[in-house]
Amino acid sequence: MRFACDLHVARRRGAMSAAPRHGGPPRGRAGVLRGGEKKCSWASYMTNSPTLIVMIGLPARGKTYVSKKLTRYLNWIGVPTKVFNLGVYRREAVKSYKSYDFFRHDNKEAMEIRKRCALVALEDVKAYLLEECGQIAEVKVSSPDYPERNRENVMDDFLKRIECYKVTYQPLDPDAYDKDLSFIKVINVGQRFLVNRVQDYIQSKIVYYLMNIHVQPRTIYLCRHGESEYNLVGKIGGDSGLSPRGKQFAQALKKFIEEQEIVDLKVWTSQLKRTIQTAESLGVTYEQWKILNEIDAGVCEEMTYAEIEAKYPDEFALRDQEKYLYRYPGGESYQDLVQRLEPVIMELERQGNVLVISHQAVMRCLLAYFLDKSADELPYLRCPLHTILKLTPVAYGCKVETITLNVEAVNTHRDKPSLNSNNLPAGQTPVRMRRNSFTPRASADTVKRPRHYSVGSKPLDLLGPFPTLEARDGADRPQLQVGVQRMAGLAV
Amino acid sequence: SPARELTQNPLQKTWEPYDNGLPAGHSAQRGVCMTNCPTLIVMVGLPARGKTYISKKLTRYLNWIGVPTKEFNVGQYRRDLVKKYKSFEFFLPDNEEGLKIRKQCALAALNDVRQYLSEENGHVAVFDATNTTRERRETIYKFCEENGYKTFFVESVCVDPEVIAANIVQVKLGSPDYVDCSNDEATEDFMKRIECYKNSYETLDETLDKDLSYIKIMDVGRSYLVNRVMDHIQSRIVYYLMNIHVTPRSIYLCRHGESELNLKGRIGGDPGLSVRGKEFAKSLAQFINEQNIKDLKVWTSQMKRTIQTAEALGVPYEQWKVLNEIDAGVCEEMTYEEIQENYPLEFALRDQDKYRYRYPKGESYEDLVQRLEPVIMELERQENVLVICHQAVMRCLLAYFLDKPAEQLPYLKCPLHTVLKLTPVAYG
Repeated sequence: MRFACDLHVARRRGAMSAAPRHGGPPRGRAGVLRGGEKKCSWASYMTNSPTLIVMIGLPARGKTYVSKKLTRYLNWIGVPTKVFNLGVYRREAVKSYKSYDFFRHDNKEAMEIRKRCALVALEDVKAYLLEECGQIAEVKVSSPDYPERNRENVMDDFLKRIECYKVTYQPLDPDAYDKDLSFIKVINVGQRFLVNRVQDYIQSKIVYYLMNIHVQPRTIYLCRHGESEYNLVGKIGGDSGLSPRGKQFAQALKKFIEEQEIVDLKVWTSQLKRTIQTAESLGVTYEQWKILNEIDAGVCEEMTYAEIEAKYPDEFALRDQEKYLYRYPGGESYQDLVQRLEPVIMELERQGNVLVISHQAVMRCLLAYFLDKSADELPYLRCPLHTILKLTPVAYGCKVETITLNVEAVNTHRDKPSLNSNNLPAGQTPVRMRRNSFTPRASADTVKRPRHYSVGSKPLDLLGPFPTLEARDGADRPQLQVGVQRMAGLAV
Repeated sequence: SPARELTQNPLQKTWEPYDNGLPAGHSAQRGVCMTNCPTLIVMVGLPARGKTYISKKLTRYLNWIGVPTKEFNVGQYRRDLVKKYKSFEFFLPDNEEGLKIRKQCALAALNDVRQYLSEENGHVAVFDATNTTRERRETIYKFCEENGYKTFFVESVCVDPEVIAANIVQVKLGSPDYVDCSNDEATEDFMKRIECYKNSYETLDETLDKDLSYIKIMDVGRSYLVNRVMDHIQSRIVYYLMNIHVTPRSIYLCRHGESELNLKGRIGGDPGLSVRGKEFAKSLAQFINEQNIKDLKVWTSQMKRTIQTAEALGVPYEQWKVLNEIDAGVCEEMTYEEIQENYPLEFALRDQDKYRYRYPKGESYEDLVQRLEPVIMELERQENVLVICHQAVMRCLLAYFLDKPAEQLPYLKCPLHTVLKLTPVAYG
């Protein structure tokens, strides 16, 4: 049965709603608007109207895998996307699954139920795209549901289920019937693609993404550089070298990598000294990527948090309010970082085994992509020094293993302070963000897009409980650390 | 063995390991595209299907992003060998003499390809010829295997007679082959030339050619068939080819109006427009109105001076952070005199290799090109666009459109208050 895969993904443009919702150039986003400006991530600038991605294919062709992965990617680059899985709707309607008979094409009662489910799902799609400011919705047409059955019976039933579909399966026909539709046909797990009538930027990015992903087993290792001289004195940014403990970590990393016995491991670093020094200890070839450099803190570069709070108290407060969108004066925001890192993600998808030695903010962004974390959570993900995260793709997500290399280091993590701790009054209008300017300018800026999780998957709590005021300076919270390590082992 | 020491390259500010004072191996700069072994792109298709257009455009793009690429047009080799083109009869399938010469030309071109890829540090070569038979493609594939090159086929399939007629008018009538002919004579001869190839044309086939890496472009980009993309560079090529189009349009490039810091001779920063700068913005608005451009998109950077300029136009515009001016790092807001005084070494280094020179804690032109690649890709997708940007940024964009090499790029003339209107024409 292996891989006669004919997975098709089709797109219908504007079928749900082409009418702009609020008029004016920005596309109906909530939040403070300013004439002539478009909001949100640059990637979502490029989508003019909502898009419905329709998955097509026989069961077991990888539709759910692609749906979830694509949704994760689109949400990460800032295009709100949600999956609507018809199987879930069907399971709601028909409380217990009996057998493949349900899927026979001549089972009239079942066909009625399935059709009704599809219509309900489409209604929800419409609500999402119109009311919840979503931009992309994906509709899955099938999903497996065999919780604890005997494996042979399961296989047997599932194969018969596929046969039911085959009777009426009409693949997309690019030469005649479907030649005016926009679609991509993925053949043999990505060996071949047929692409028809790509209409806009987002469709083009989706095609590019689908063409770069693969399903070969492999492992991605993420870690930060060893502890640096600046880490020791609490300064952010800069281009300092490793501290003695940092060099120890580099040695420990080398030993760890050797023990892992990884086939054809690629090693990537940034162009800052501390990651390169760390890689040098490994004694293997590595590639330097400028775009893996740490977030640019602009005027705050090489200051400690205390110095920043003293010299730029407003900036300091702003950052705690909206850490994802906040851009350092003359520097970058996490949102900018995500945009900058997109080619890294694309290349990581193409590659096999890779070790990425980077920085705190950068690693948070990469981790958020692999673990499907929202923009809210991303800047607070725990990425301590001298800790390696080993990511292995598993089923529809990523397994994470945290490996602490037992070399002491300072803690550079700052949790989000509780809301009352700021000087800003309650009821403050949406935060006024900074453009890339040296002189303070209040200007309404990007609005954070709401994140949506696929129907049927729960968000993973990697953060632990919110800390109180005392934790603001990043003091050690051992119980939180342990919690993180435990939870990190859960598959998505 | 202990970790090697690092030294910072004074020009590019990159950290490199060294042994005994000499740069050592082990680390590679991640250029935009790391190609492990050279790639030969082989064009496939009947005449007038856009093969040369694609070859030249792709070559221009790859060179711009930093992948040394060269195209080899077999037709040109033929013209060099057979001094005077007589008629389509040269291309008849039973013309022994013609066949011999054409094969000779193909082999000569392949030989030059070998020299470029194996001896001259080229990364990609584009072999521009019809290559319409499986036999010819086999020969090329074997050649690549022998030399350790990867092969990637790009086929252009088009049956729309209007498109073909338009191609003939655009690029064939002016060809050296038809220098003494009238337009009608040239068209008639060329159509017969196409016929010569049709009988032996073997398109890339899903079954017969399933092990080859290729992209088949149908009807000028209506649809694509992509098979076995092997590596990063092939993936980038496919992405690029899927984003380009041939719809007529114009791209307008200009800088922001004169800024307050421009007046003081200072670089960088985020100043607003001067009085004259504001006047320019108004003139620009007038100019744009007069041009009567259909569905014009306006892009700016996220720096005040470009946004102020765009505001005067009174139309929606999009702000791109990646269009921001080159970051001069520690030299931001200094005058050139101040830079020379405070950083004499930096000042000298910059003049030595202006393209690769990176300001301390800032950027280089080379960094700028990498940063601007998504802009170029989106410009290719779009139609009429006005880009209001900055001097260094505009130089990079211009170099892409006008195929200027890295050495010339940082010296391209992009004065204030000047609009460059770019319209694609023939192969440029």
